Amino acid sequence: MLTKRIIACLDVHAGRVVKGVQFVDLVDAGDPATQAARHAREGADEIVLLDITATHEGRQTLLDTVRRTARELFVPFCVGGGIRTARDAGQVFEAGADKVSVNSAALADPTLISAIGRSFGAQAVVVAIDARRDPAAADPVREAQVFVQGGRKPAGRRVVEWAREAEERGAGEILLTSMDADGTRAGFDCDLTAAVSEAVSIPVIASGGAGTVAHFADVFARGKADAALAASIFHFGVSSARSLKEELAQAGVPVRLPC
Amino acid sequence: MRVTVIDYKAGNLTSVLKALRHLGADPVVTDGDLSIVESAERIVLPGVGHFAATERLDSTGLTAAIRAAIARGVPFLGICVGMQWLYSGSTEALQQPGLGHFAEQCTRFTEGTEKIPHVGWNSLEVRSGSRLLQGVEPGEFVYFTHSFKGPVTADAAAITHYIEPFTAAVERGNVMGVQFHPEKSGEAGLKILRNFLAWSSEGAAC
Repeated sequence: MLTKRIIACLDVHAGRVVKGVQFVDLVDAGDPATQAARHAREGADEIVLLDITATHEGRQTLLDTVRRTARELFVPFCVGGGIRTARDAGQVFEAGADKVSVNSAALADPTLISAIGRSFGAQAVVVAIDARRDPAAADPVREAQVFVQGGRKPAGRRVVEWAREAEERGAGEILLTSMDADGTRAGFDCDLTAAVSEAVSIPVIASGGAGTVAHFADVFARGKADAALAASIFHFGVSSARSLKEELAQAGVPVRLPC
Repeated sequence: MRVTVIDYKAGNLTSVLKALRHLGADPVVTDGDLSIVESAERIVLPGVGHFAATERLDSTGLTAAIRAAIARGVPFLGICVGMQWLYSGSTEALQQPGLGHFAEQCTRFTEGTEKIPHVGWNSLEVRSGSRLLQGVEPGEFVYFTHSFKGPVTADAAAITHYIEPFTAAVERGNVMGVQFHPEKSGEAGLKILRNFLAWSSEGAAC
């Protein structure tokens, strides 16, 4: 039976894992390679590394970090942050990533999705969408808006429609972050996740708002998510992927518990 | 140990090479140097993306060289599209023949309520007698990402269920294929690659 994926996310700044609420008050949370290996060992189904520096000067540091992290990692490994061209993506793949996630660059030039897919396969292209409900709209969920710049600036696109376009252009997966829920630890935005998941045939990874095991069970059932991103829940030994998955299995969620 | 890895410009080989090196093998990549295939001791054909990309194997002469190597008894492992290529073809690209080592055709998952592609970790029903999957526990999970699949036949070494049962691993003598990505399937995947590297015509993998 196909299982629901638990994906460990590492926010990386200048070669170090950092944690903060909505990218402020950053706290050092360790070495990316060590952290990724630990998450994989503890049962994470996949590792996402998001470079939140994403400056031109930081590119070489990022590639070094990707190379070091990928070396001993034998689960899928996705890298995002600052990938603007198919060439940027190529460098990240060469360094050992299996997938790249693109966000604002794909909004600015949607042909980036197909350009990466053509060379590396659709399975290697994850389109990340930062979403906020539109409280002024008749249907705040279906008319949720895409945001850029860490959730500060509206992109002028509706989330569901952009997810569909990304799929048509050859995206392999959607990484959907609710900017409303992010950092709250009050649960994923299940209604929004379900709206996107029902609109596309590719997997949807839910992100933002995880605080308890029940939140994960909820986003898989009600939110129809295929995978869920866990970041802060794993840091500082709060919980491991294994203990999270054992509790999910007890709640009836199909998860991978290695033999 | 030298392993010849075929590059037909469909996707990225880094992960496969990394896993092979991790297991102590010495991978040599070729995108058309037939002499490397002619002297190969072991061949891996990875591949993601569209079945039509395998046309490059024909145009470079690699198909014929691989066919000869297989006939010589060289152990061969196809991964993902590399496994599908072992069949007569795929409905993904009807004009493009596969190697035809297995007579059947690969087809797309049947449309319905489930998502296509099939992406994620799913479990293996291992058939007894598989040398490639020796020591793999029943129900062990491996990582898949695909929309097309091989039919269940007598050559299936493992079966996985998604929408319908399909062949997750195929094996006949020295010719083996896996629909999943062993290089991305944690310890279970490494064990399968290790079995392939240990495969010899003399007997069971150790």
